[in-house]
Amino acid sequence: MQEALQYVFSGITNGAIYAAIAVGFSLLYNSTELINFAHGEFVMLGALILVTLWNIFKLPLPLAFFITVFTVSGMGLLFERLAIRTVSKPHPIVLVIITVGASIFFRGIGMLLWGKDSYSVPSFSDHAPITIFGASLLPQSLWILVIVGISVCALHFFFKKTLTGKAMQACAINKRAARLSGIHSEKMVLLAFFLSTGMGAVAGIIIAPITMCSYNMGTMLGLKGFCAAMLGGLGSLWGSLIGGFLLGIVEALGVGFFSSSLKDAIAFLLLLLILYMRPGGIMRVKEVKRF
Amino acid sequence: MVYENSSKQSHLIVMILVVLYFFCASSVSAAQTYKIGGIFSVTGPASFLGDPEKKSMEMAVETINKNGGIDGRLLEAVIYDTEGDPTKAVMAVSKLINKDKVIAIIGPSLTPTSLAIIPFAEKEGIPLISCAAGIKITQPVKPWVFKTAQSDVLAVAAVYQSMKNQNIRKIGILSVSNAFGESGKQQLQDQADQFGIKIVRAETFGAKDTDMTPQLAKIRKEEPDAIICWGTNPGPAVVTKNIQQLNIKVPLYQSHGVASPKFIELAGSAAEGIYLPTGKILVADLLPSMDPQKEVLMHYTKAFETKYQMTVSGFGGYAYDAIHILAKALEGSNGEREKIRTALEQMQNHVGVSGIFNFSKEDHNGLGPDAFVMVRIKNGTWELLK
Repeated sequence: MQEALQYVFSGITNGAIYAAIAVGFSLLYNSTELINFAHGEFVMLGALILVTLWNIFKLPLPLAFFITVFTVSGMGLLFERLAIRTVSKPHPIVLVIITVGASIFFRGIGMLLWGKDSYSVPSFSDHAPITIFGASLLPQSLWILVIVGISVCALHFFFKKTLTGKAMQACAINKRAARLSGIHSEKMVLLAFFLSTGMGAVAGIIIAPITMCSYNMGTMLGLKGFCAAMLGGLGSLWGSLIGGFLLGIVEALGVGFFSSSLKDAIAFLLLLLILYMRPGGIMRVKEVKRF
Repeated sequence: MVYENSSKQSHLIVMILVVLYFFCASSVSAAQTYKIGGIFSVTGPASFLGDPEKKSMEMAVETINKNGGIDGRLLEAVIYDTEGDPTKAVMAVSKLINKDKVIAIIGPSLTPTSLAIIPFAEKEGIPLISCAAGIKITQPVKPWVFKTAQSDVLAVAAVYQSMKNQNIRKIGILSVSNAFGESGKQQLQDQADQFGIKIVRAETFGAKDTDMTPQLAKIRKEEPDAIICWGTNPGPAVVTKNIQQLNIKVPLYQSHGVASPKFIELAGSAAEGIYLPTGKILVADLLPSMDPQKEVLMHYTKAFETKYQMTVSGFGGYAYDAIHILAKALEGSNGEREKIRTALEQMQNHVGVSGIFNFSKEDHNGLGPDAFVMVRIKNGTWELLK
């Protein structure tokens, strides 16, 4: 019982991180139908910039948090302007390959700036782990849950209640119709990149205290986040959340009740099963478009 | 007449040239150097090994040459970078053998790159002194292949001996799922019976995993007397933090793979009280003055740190030892490979950075369990265990 609860706690913590990354994927896909394989690298940049600002420049945490998010979002904007919009024939497969190339580029930049060593930062608050029925939960896990929750609620509000959010969704549904009704679609794509990479930075920042940050941390996290987004239904905010938590908990339970060497295999098997039964993911009935 | 004169002149020129040629040739052979090849992963993911190894080799060669070389002949180092890639290591070894015509090779830095070039050294009959840790390099013994890095066999023996002294009987193992972790796990399982230790659970983790609490909760259920984590940074630092988080009170042992100040920095306060085996270089200044290696260690550390302005590591020591062992074997060999090989195999009591080397026909690594000392992390630094 105590072990099972411990597995679930571990799963929820990891799941929240996967969910935060998955939300970034979904946001961008929702507005541009583009899958950004460099997303994991924005997570890495978020974590490492926070390490620099907080540990080395000794900025207060909230300030470091916002500077990091805006720096990374700014890089997302530059990425869109310089690498994505300049493509003369924006066929989806070309754009996907560009994002793969960008991920290698960002990893290289990360290695040059921060070196190959790992860094660690302290927890956001200095509390002892909380013990519930013999299983312990890190205060940082609560921070992660709260921050992910707030971000997703804010995004939900933005899409449902504000005119800009609605315009973004309109662009995603039908670009030409949106343009005819006076929506500046290029601005909306830019905004989608801004929000998505910002979300990536948030994921990087909250994960930094529980794991070690290094230039190559983004690849695996990006892959797991992508998996979670697919599980829940690409393009759906709530789907990404469910997908993330499901992936995290299944992974932890897989380690606990089966074998630690099968951890990733179990998670990917689940992905295959769900995509087989519900090709659009849990939250989407509509079949996803093939490239 | 005119014709004859010019012919005489040309004869003269030819003669002068011939004399000059012999003169040059003899002067070259008098100053002929011993060419030694070096193959290290100077750049790439394993540069933390190859970079200090290259620097240590250059430093050692410089010192030997300053002291007059070997039998009046100077050493010349030809060093190639493998970037940690076995294919590039093979290219480098063919270049060293065919183009540079070296008499011995030092390196490579990694077990896979070493294993890739061993067939070439064996076929050509060139003494090879590897700087990699893998036990497969010298077991089974290959006539031309030697190594200076401590094998994990010795590290495991050191850990188990320390556990036995503290009356630890049941252990849980948590190893990283890569070559380093697998090899360590294998050795831990093989040697357990010998020390009367029972492994109650063996778990693994991915090199980039962010959370190991499920594995640890599973190990905790078996109530072991101690936990051993076998991996390289950053995984073991996460394990250390997770153990503190789960409030597991049993002693934690780490491998020599994390024996660096970086680990203490990553794990922070959770690192307190951890036991681990390490080469003596990490604690050189803590060693008692009667320790036979103390002088060599202090000398190497000082020389390296003043020359390169960077903190010394045990890795550079592998190349440093290799050069000095080779230099001893070169004495009186006149550059004949078979003589060098025999001298290497018969080398006894060479006091090096990584330990005291006693090579033999059966043992081409030459180190004993005393190459490792057990340390404990206390107040953010190392404390030598008696």
